[in-house]
Amino acid sequence: MQISEDLIKQITNAVLQEMGQSANSTSLVGKDRINPKRTSYANYKKAAKGTNPKEVVIGVGAAFQREIKRTICNIPLDEVLENLKAGIEEEGMVPRVVKILDTSDVCFMALEAAKLSGSGIGIGIQSKGTTVIHQKDLYPLSNLELFPQAPLMTLDTYRKIGQNAAKYVKGEQVIPIPCTNDPMSRPKYQVKAALMHIAETEQLDPEIGIIEWEEK
Amino acid sequence: MKRSKRIETLDKRPVNLDGYINEWPEMGFTAMSSPYDPKPSIKVEDGKIVELDGKQRKDFDFIDQFIADYAINIEQTQHSMSISSLEIARMIVDIHVSRQEILKLITGITPAKMTEVMNHLNVVELMMGMQKMRARKTPGNQAHITNLKDDPVQIAADAAEGALRGFAEEETTMGVARYAPLSAIALLIGSQVGRPGVLTQCSAEEATELELGIRGLTTYAETLSVYGTEKVFIDGDDTPYSKAFLNSAYASRGLKVRFTSGSGSEVLMGSSEKKSMLYLECRCLYATKGAGSQGIQNGSVSCIGITGSVPSGIREVLAENLVAALLGLECASSNDQSFSNSDMRRTARTMLQFLPGTDFIFSGYAAEPNYDNMFAGSNFDAEDFDDYNVLQRDMQVDGGLRPVTEEEVIRVRNKAARAVQAVFKHLHLSPVSDEQVEAVTYAHGSKDTPDRDVTADLMAAEDVLKRGITGIDIVKALAETGFKDVANSVLNMLKQRVIGDYMQTAAILDKEFHVLSGLNTANDYMGPGTGYRVEGERWEEIKKIPHIINPQDI
Repeated sequence: MQISEDLIKQITNAVLQEMGQSANSTSLVGKDRINPKRTSYANYKKAAKGTNPKEVVIGVGAAFQREIKRTICNIPLDEVLENLKAGIEEEGMVPRVVKILDTSDVCFMALEAAKLSGSGIGIGIQSKGTTVIHQKDLYPLSNLELFPQAPLMTLDTYRKIGQNAAKYVKGEQVIPIPCTNDPMSRPKYQVKAALMHIAETEQLDPEIGIIEWEEK
Repeated sequence: MKRSKRIETLDKRPVNLDGYINEWPEMGFTAMSSPYDPKPSIKVEDGKIVELDGKQRKDFDFIDQFIADYAINIEQTQHSMSISSLEIARMIVDIHVSRQEILKLITGITPAKMTEVMNHLNVVELMMGMQKMRARKTPGNQAHITNLKDDPVQIAADAAEGALRGFAEEETTMGVARYAPLSAIALLIGSQVGRPGVLTQCSAEEATELELGIRGLTTYAETLSVYGTEKVFIDGDDTPYSKAFLNSAYASRGLKVRFTSGSGSEVLMGSSEKKSMLYLECRCLYATKGAGSQGIQNGSVSCIGITGSVPSGIREVLAENLVAALLGLECASSNDQSFSNSDMRRTARTMLQFLPGTDFIFSGYAAEPNYDNMFAGSNFDAEDFDDYNVLQRDMQVDGGLRPVTEEEVIRVRNKAARAVQAVFKHLHLSPVSDEQVEAVTYAHGSKDTPDRDVTADLMAAEDVLKRGITGIDIVKALAETGFKDVANSVLNMLKQRVIGDYMQTAAILDKEFHVLSGLNTANDYMGPGTGYRVEGERWEEIKKIPHIINPQDI
């Protein structure tokens, strides 16, 4: 008997139907989450308010380096974090990383990081790569610098963000990192952005709040 | 597998660079209906709505409560809800049923009922509905005026050209938020150089935007965002009540305001409560209506990549525009965000608003090349101007724009750049060189202009706020530097704030500063021979595209 691709497909479909699943592998109909369960951070140390005036706090998203390991344009998050920290250190300031579990909104993440920071300057970064530099006494939806188009970010941009954040601490006249713009990133990336944001948001654990995040 | 050359060719077509996703109602990826959408219902006791769309008052979230208390006409609701959704859908399309009659009926239906009504209409019927229900008799258009460098001189020049080309409103925003005061001033001046009476807006963080408005540096506001689920509202640090309050703050100073919403935002924020995008958008529009806003910018807006990714998504976008019009709101119908790599697909999407006409077909046509569009790209940009003008001529449709000559373009760009140069100098803001004026006059985009001294600009921007510079200071500076006509126009824009007529639904101003709104020039379409027709002077204007064959040259 000849086994054709069609036959295999038919059998697979029949089996999947039997198991009560959709034969279409891209459909998640009936499911409420992307990752089946929420990671627990109950044993982590709660983030403390910093006292070092040289400190820049980086607040990373709930799924950062765990459920999500790369940004929307596939840059490893380990390297993103290394570059942010290196940028801060190059300007003589001190980075500290916390994980924010009570919001996945990047402006609020950045503001919470800024409020924890000894200097009052913080960086918020979602796991998809969207980043904001914030200052503790600004309105939440205001900011020092905002990088809304995550698909256009490079490791060099993250390093410069670290450097600029440190320069704000030093009270220098900072030249904002030049904007980049790609009008076609929305059609290509917005669905992916939504899915990544869902994956991040479903990891939130507001009762835990904010934790120290030294994990590499 | 051996590849088919046909399929390989198709795979490489721009349309296949776009993102598509299957329906996933649990996460809100469904355009017009979800199995989790509520069934329409209403119950009134002692003059109070105690049940709305299957939910008891005690179970209301703050959006339900706001809608029940402020957005549904209690006297009308029993009657309206007793008419079947199919019947209402048919009345919307029926040319013998007037807009006024439908507006009255609609005041009594609930968001779930509205969703059901829309589901009975196909795209052509939705367009027929829009043609009749649009508030203002004449359609209009709005531009985005931005650039990658936040260069205020370029903003002024592009604003002048945009106004010349016919845009009735112009909106700017910034890459670096702190530029806002300079952007607002440049836009205000440039717009009035191009065509007196154009309204301007600076989209910024809400408190900043309000302050710029109160000072008379802008003449309308648009970025009051509302959302369809409580969670997303709270994430934005807001409630329908706080938005209503902000709306009143603008109104108290005589400024035109519209709200902003659009399907897909709740999906993007991961909080759709399993509801369809249309149902959630209906909630937004009811909240807008309840807050007393005259209008809305909607049609998915910046989340078009989400709504456009699901089946029937583009139909849903028009449906939500129509819902706005049905609620009596001015509708600035989006088309303002790049959403497809395919020229065919992006044009088709715009035809749904272009053909019936809306109060503002675009709520941001990029009047600069898209690389300079700081709203992350619009669906049409400066390079599409001639295509757009030809579309108007081909179909005898008024899309709000007009053909222009190169001489006029150069003249208004230069005058706007010089006016900003003079005002900045007069007010001791950051300097503008003659070289920059020259470059901006002839530029297509920021790739053709010299870089600004960003540090000096940002210090000047801060200075504008610190020194309390207002619209009147701009009028004085223009008058004292030889730009009397522009000074007069800016002053007239400020006078509108005192008169207040342009706060009526769907108001724009003509070049003599007369208000054209849904109140004094209401849409009266009732089939062939009625409503707005492209004819007379306007039709002659639309015909005059460049590159016409002269038979004598052959």
